[in-house]
Amino acid sequence: MNLLSATKRIGLYAIALVFLVSTGYPFLYMIATSLKTQPYFFEHPVSLWGPFVLDNYGLVFELGIHRYFFNSLIISAVSVTLVILFAAMVSFPLARMRFKLNRPIYYLFLAGMMIPVHTTLIPVYMLTRQIGMYDTLWALTGPYVSFSLPISIVILTQFVKEIPKELDEAAIVDGTAPSKLFWLIIFPLLSPAIATIGIYNFIHIWNEFVFGLVLITTPAKMTLPLGLRAFYGEFSVNIPGIMAAITLGTLPLLLAYFFSQEKVVKGLSAGAVKG
Amino acid sequence: MNKGNVMNNSNVMRSARRQNRLQNGLFFLWFIGPALLVYLIYVVYPIFATLYYSLFDWTGIQAEKTFIALENYSKLMADKVFFKTIGNNLLLVLASVGTQIPLGLVMALILFTPIKGIRLFRTVYFLPLLMSTVALGILWTFIYDPTFGIINQALDRIGLGSWQKGWLGDPKTAFISVIITICWHYMPFYMILFRAAIAGIPDEIYEAAEIDGCSGWKKFWRITLPLIKPTIVTSCVLSVIGSLKYFDLIFVMTEGGPDSSTELMATYMYKQAFAQFNMGYASSISFTMFVIAFVVAVLILTFDRTRNKVTE
Repeated sequence: MNLLSATKRIGLYAIALVFLVSTGYPFLYMIATSLKTQPYFFEHPVSLWGPFVLDNYGLVFELGIHRYFFNSLIISAVSVTLVILFAAMVSFPLARMRFKLNRPIYYLFLAGMMIPVHTTLIPVYMLTRQIGMYDTLWALTGPYVSFSLPISIVILTQFVKEIPKELDEAAIVDGTAPSKLFWLIIFPLLSPAIATIGIYNFIHIWNEFVFGLVLITTPAKMTLPLGLRAFYGEFSVNIPGIMAAITLGTLPLLLAYFFSQEKVVKGLSAGAVKG
Repeated sequence: MNKGNVMNNSNVMRSARRQNRLQNGLFFLWFIGPALLVYLIYVVYPIFATLYYSLFDWTGIQAEKTFIALENYSKLMADKVFFKTIGNNLLLVLASVGTQIPLGLVMALILFTPIKGIRLFRTVYFLPLLMSTVALGILWTFIYDPTFGIINQALDRIGLGSWQKGWLGDPKTAFISVIITICWHYMPFYMILFRAAIAGIPDEIYEAAEIDGCSGWKKFWRITLPLIKPTIVTSCVLSVIGSLKYFDLIFVMTEGGPDSSTELMATYMYKQAFAQFNMGYASSISFTMFVIAFVVAVLILTFDRTRNKVTE
């Protein structure tokens, strides 16, 4: 491989650079624009450099972007915690006990990976209205948890199956109750898989759009994606301002990625399990 | 022999087993219950409810519904916009499978070459996947902006000013422009799948091939490609399923316009339900989407099974 000819090497670098520019440039453009004043942007819309100011970020905070952050953080944290607990609890009997219902239940959850969320949109909307949760942040918990369950259960069930059975048998001989066995022995062993599904679900819930769109209308209760869209609608001329908002909105995941690249990559590729 | 004792023993065992079974059953219920309940309420019930709603003429605002049996479906079969959305969804499927997967594969392969600054490439290539579809849609709306967008500005600089246009405003270019953005978003996803698959190929195979005089492209066609075939199949499945239910970027960037040129089944259904308040009709679109997804899933599963049988 080290003996690439000069032409081949040039070709390789050219292709690699094309991809580098096409994936990286929009980010540079977004960050650079967010730091420009409006007049400067109108004169130099393309340049990646210039007299940079932080005014746009000040404006975005004044308009209350932190509220959207806070809402997103809460709903993501609560939903991910519930998903982890529920999915881990389901995975244990599914992987370990021999019940007639095991397979149908497993396939019922598995099928959820194929179902378009939009099929559930109208009933979920009606249901949310009927139980009086419409236009509250908590209305999102149910849809977020239930649509994160299938993949989490599939991953965790496979993981539990790989844990040596001798562990349970020893505990059962000692007279440990199954629930104790799960919480004290199995659950701690699941932590690598829990980290993966935690990251995967967090990113997806943090970025989720359509349920928020249907279930929330009051700006103060919006999650970040909805808030960004509201910003976009509100000041469509202030392009640097909007860029500041979407840069801020992307920042948490960018930071997480730079701090633990491998974990985030692994978490995101968790979506590729095939039942 | 004391038969009674044996009977007694087996009775004790049986009742112990029964108690054990009861205990296990309760445990099963308590562990499966919460997840199953939420799932039944928010995923399973809505599918039946959608089917039920689709049989009514119903705005969704007023409580009263008129039962019209399958009228919504016959209306759907005559709805030109709906067929347009199916066509667009199919185009999206083709474009996604045809671009995201090969480009993702190329990106993954680049990461295995002895290139300088590999860490930079590896880090940057992944970035698009981190953005939310809303942030991404807004960013790309401005990239396509007729006056200030990078694309038109760049065309101007290189003397192709006459090619400038409002990319998202022109029915001829709007769909392809959004498709490019969707591909940009998902390329890194397939890249990481392929990177993991290629990394899993044992070095010995390549070494043996090199000894046999295999090099460069030949190694790729003869070894890498056949060995990552399962990953390619998985990627295609994910891409097809994802494209059939796609919604986000279209809704953020064009809302299905101009002139329904970018309308997908999901955006059309959303508009019918929450903008036009034809919830009954929207439910029939929504249920049709479910049927399509179901049929595709069954096709994929049977295909998968026969393929596995052949390889066995």
